Formats: sequence, C-alpha cells, structure tokens
Amino acid sequence: MGTRNYRRKTSHSEHGPGDGGRTGSWRVERPVLNTSLCIPCKRKTEACFMCWLFCPEIVISRTIPPTVNLEYCKGCGICAEECPTKAITMVDEATFSDEDKE
Amino acid sequence: MHIIENGNVAAALGVKLCRASVIAAYPITPQTPVTERLSEYVESGEMNAEYIPVESEHSALAVCIAASSAGARVFTATSANGLLYMHEQVQWAAGARLPIVMCVVNRAVGAPWNVWNDQQDSISQRDTGWIQMYCSDHQQIIDSVIKAYWLAEKVSVPIMVCYDGYILSHTYMPFDVPDQKKVDAFLPPFQPDYALNTEEPANLNTVTLPDVRIDVHGELAHGYMEIRYLLHEEMRTALAVAGDAEKRFAKIFGRGGDPYLEPYLCDDAEYVAVGLGSLTYQLRVSVDALRKEGIKVGVMGVRFYRPFPDVAIANALKGKKGVIVFEKALSYGYEGALVSDLKSALYEHLAGTGALPVVQNFIAGIGGREIHTHDLTQNLRAATQGRVAKDPVWIGLKL
Amino acid sequence: MNKEFIEIRWHGRGGQGAITAAKIVAGAAFVSGYPGVVMAPSFGTERRGAPVMTSLKISKEKIYDLSPIEKPDIIVVLDHLLLNEADITHGLKPGGIIVLNTPKAFESYSAENYRFATADVTAISVEAGLPHGMVNTGIIGVLARIIDFAGMDILIKGIEDEFRTRKPEKNSLAAKIAFERTVTGV
Repeated sequence: MGTRNYRRKTSHSEHGPGDGGRTGSWRVERPVLNTSLCIPCKRKTEACFMCWLFCPEIVISRTIPPTVNLEYCKGCGICAEECPTKAITMVDEATFSDEDKE
Repeated sequence: MHIIENGNVAAALGVKLCRASVIAAYPITPQTPVTERLSEYVESGEMNAEYIPVESEHSALAVCIAASSAGARVFTATSANGLLYMHEQVQWAAGARLPIVMCVVNRAVGAPWNVWNDQQDSISQRDTGWIQMYCSDHQQIIDSVIKAYWLAEKVSVPIMVCYDGYILSHTYMPFDVPDQKKVDAFLPPFQPDYALNTEEPANLNTVTLPDVRIDVHGELAHGYMEIRYLLHEEMRTALAVAGDAEKRFAKIFGRGGDPYLEPYLCDDAEYVAVGLGSLTYQLRVSVDALRKEGIKVGVMGVRFYRPFPDVAIANALKGKKGVIVFEKALSYGYEGALVSDLKSALYEHLAGTGALPVVQNFIAGIGGREIHTHDLTQNLRAATQGRVAKDPVWIGLKL
Repeated sequence: MNKEFIEIRWHGRGGQGAITAAKIVAGAAFVSGYPGVVMAPSFGTERRGAPVMTSLKISKEKIYDLSPIEKPDIIVVLDHLLLNEADITHGLKPGGIIVLNTPKAFESYSAENYRFATADVTAISVEAGLPHGMVNTGIIGVLARIIDFAGMDILIKGIEDEFRTRKPEKNSLAAKIAFERTVTGV
C-alpha cells in the first residue's frame, strides 16, 4: 500500500478534514445562525468571529456570514455558547429533511 | 449466584470478596471501571477498605508496597502504559516479596497510542518475578483473583491476574459470584511474617550488599544474590502450591481442574494450538470446525505463564506432530514470548526422545486488530498441513 | 431463525442506552434456558452522540467466540437516522429482521431480503412518561414482538429490575405500549 518511506514506519498524522471520518454524522443538533443578530453580518465588516475562534474542529468559516461545514460539524454547541449576541441556536437534527441531510 | 456483568465487575467483586483493605489505583482504559466500582463499594460501606486516590500508577504501586509492608491486603489494577509507568515498582514489589494482587487488563502499549487489546503489556513484565495468571472468561477472572490472594500470601510473591481488555473487561456474560462465607473459609485474613510496626522497627530493602554480612544480632544475613535466588526458588515451588490452591478451591467452591493448562480435545489430537486468555476459547470454534474436516486438532490454554509450567506443558505436548502457538505479543527482534518459552520447555524435556513436536508461531490481534475466527481456522488448518514458516506469521497484516 | 443460536446487533448513539437494553435482553434469555449469552459493546473511545454498536449472542451452549457478529439474525436500530449511515444492515442474514424506532409509517420501509418491525418508540416513551430520547426500554417491546427466546413477561421483569431506582413502571410501560403498537411483517 504505497511507497515505503519513513512515514510508513511511524504513526504520523497531519491536520486536515477527514482523518477522523465523517464526524458530521455524529450530530444530534446543528448550529443555525440568525444573521440579523450576527455582528460581522450587521456591520458588514470583519468583527467578532468568536464562533470561528472557539470551534474546536475549525468547521466554521471566517466569512460574512460565517458558514458551518456540516460534513464535520459534530454539534458540540460551543459556538452557540460563545456567541456574544446569541445569534447561534442549536436545533435538533431530526427537524432537517433528508435532502438537507448530507 | 449467577449474574450477567462484565469482566471488570467480575474482578472488582473478587477483590471485594477477598476483603482487600487498601486499594490504590489510577484510572486507565480499559481498567477504569474496576477501580470506579471498588471506590463505590468503599464509599457505600460494602467494603471496609481505604481507597487512596493517587496521581499516577507509579504511586499506586508504591502505596500498595507500603501498605502491604504494613500488613494490609492490597489491590491495584492497570493496563498498558500504566503498567509500564509502574515498572520500577513492579520489580520492587517482587524483590520485596510482597503478596500484592494486581489485575492487568491487557492493552497494547504505545507508541503509537492504542487503547485496544493485545498482551504486550503483561508479557513485557514476564521477567520481573511476579506470578502471572491469564484468564479466558469472567468466571476465571473472579476465581483467579480469589486464588491469587491465597497463593500470593502463601508464597510471598506478587501476582498479576491478566485478562483481555475490552474482549473480557467490557463484554458481558454470566458467571457465578461465590458466597462470601465460602471465600472467608478459603482465604483467611492476611498474616505476614513481618509487618512494619513501631514495636519492632526495621529497614526494609535498604542497600543490600553483593556479599553476605553479619547483622545486628551477630547472624549471617543474606546478600542481594541470595534474596533474589530465593524469589526464583519460591516461584518454582509456587507451581506446586498453585496446585494446592486449585484443589482447595475445588473443595470449597465445587469447580476446578488443571491448575496450569486448560486443554480442549487434546488427548487424541495430533496438532495442538496453544495460547493465553480468551483467544484460546475463540480457537475452540476453529478446532471444532477442523475436527469436522477430520483433522485431529485441539487447543490448550496456558493459565500460569510465570512460573512457567514447563513439565506440564512438555507432558501435554509430548509426541504431538505439531504445536501451533498463537500470541498477542512478542519479544521484538526474535519471536513470540510464549513460543520461545514453550520451545525451551519442549527441548528441555523431550529433546532426543523422538517425541519433540514441530512448533509454529502466529501473531494476531496486535493493537486490537480484529481476529476473525475464519482466519484462525484457515491458519490453523494450514499449519496442520505442513510447516507454514520458520518465523512468526502475523495474521491479518495489511502492509 | 435458528432456535439454538441467535445473533442480534444493536445500533444506537453513545448515551442512548443500547448496552443497557441489550443487557436486559441477555438476562431474559439467560433465565429462559439460554446459558450462553455474550454481550459486547463496540470497543474504543466513547462519546455521547457517536454511533455505537453492541453485539448480543444468545445460545443454548456456552459461547466461546467473543468476536463481533458477522451475520446477525436481527438488527435493532434505536434511531432511524442511523439507517442513512454507513452500512447498518451489513451482514444481515437473508430474511433477517430490522427492529426500528421510527416516526415514519411501517409501509415506508421495504427491502427485498429483510423484514421490518417498527414503532415510534420516541413518541411512545414520552407517552409513557419518560424524558424525550429515552428509547432503550421501549425498543425492547418492539423486539419482543418478533422473538421467541424470551417472553414479554420475563423482559418486563428484567426492565423493572434494571431500572428499579429509575422509574421502573414508566420504563416497562414504554415497552408494553411499544409491544402493542409494533407493526411488523414477520
């Protein structure tokens, strides 16, 4: 399986999506953003981004609006907890239809 | 009374029944539930014991050494890197001749990091002077803990009761929980020859010279070499004492058998698979399948790994065409640990007699790699049809 | 289904109680003439919400092979959303039964080789007075409809024993209601 080089002899992993599998499937709740409360959205400028900063899995983008990569978001809820304006709410996965669900 | 519980609970119940009075342990997967359960028994008053939380496994065994030296019946448990962390104390406890009982819930050692089952952890401690017992099911776990305390206190040698992490520790099956009165009849309170006390103060295990010396009473005191020799000698006589333990246990609890080996269909077998722990039970399914094909094969579990029951093993395997040793550990740079010891025993007792079997070695399940029964069967079948390889064969490798 | 040896694989999420449910069924089988029972959860690091799997083997003889089930007779799924995930039905024997907690109608499930037994255990459990999401006792009621190695009365007793300090009657009620409301083609 592959070329033999030093890394084959050691357990070596680098950061990047997917090494832990499709962790989005673990979600029981997903974060939903209310852009009318989101500071960078309202100000149309780079600001806050606490959700991006605190997300342990780096699945929230530092964009306006911030977006969540649902392939890997595990639904931990830290973004909702940390958002200073409570713009993010955690919503039961079951309410999203099968087409929405990846 | 039969209950359905997991192997860790079986171990904890055994310790409770033995009335251990000091428990010091540090959590590590997959051992953690043992110590959690014991802490619950102490908290509820079901156990009259001191539970001492420590910050590491090294300290856990250090506390046990101290408490045992003061005359308490002690217990600790660990796995893998936890066992390695206390290795210095493991050596110490044996040299100090303390009857400590420790459960080792077998798990792979780092690096790389791995929480799943193999036996490298306890196998790597085989030379320390601890007695090692391996269990194949939950009944054996609880019974072995009870037998271990009796044996350890009789011969003053610490004992590791080993059982497979996850496969036994976290799997539920029925087993009988012995009656407390019967355990009390089997295992009297701990009576050490000497326990630290203020009336007879002493220094234990201070610098001990290469040579003998005259002590404070004018008598000849042993040097380091004698102390160490006596540990080895008593470990060898412990084989017979283990036989006594088995008989005594059978008399009181109504179950028992061979103290050293657990054979299945070996009497008329031409080929015998050998192993330690739950793997030998899984091999029974392979043996049954191959017997249906007309191959005369059996499987034998080794219950005591140290002291090594060389005579029993040589007698059991005398005249067999082949012995196939399946292991979940090895001595890196050579071959499996059990196969080396087994070949040595066969050579010692059977060389030149014409009854020396061909021995083969399979390594399986390293780091918890799933062991499929059909792979075991396939490899065992191949081994009965001719020597597969001189070197160990790793089953299920995906290079 | 072989009456001597039955293999049931349970799929749930960490924290949902699949292990407790399997343990109750194991205990019921044990007292119903099956001395061989082995229940093995999926081994490894654990996390609430992550998919977990438990193997339950039931036999008239002692079980020596503790390796994971390869060809289950029955699959119990505590959360229908898990069906979308990788290969829950992997290895299920032809004619095997899928026991499923789902709000969807029985008729919405079909598979050429498998049979289904379904109930909305999530709703039933709430009806029985349990907190939302506690489905592990209700699902036993669904399973009870399609097995014959242990009777409902023994399973109910097992539930009430296991939950003796945690709303035993509500838990057994969930199982009873689920038993009645299970729709099955078996």
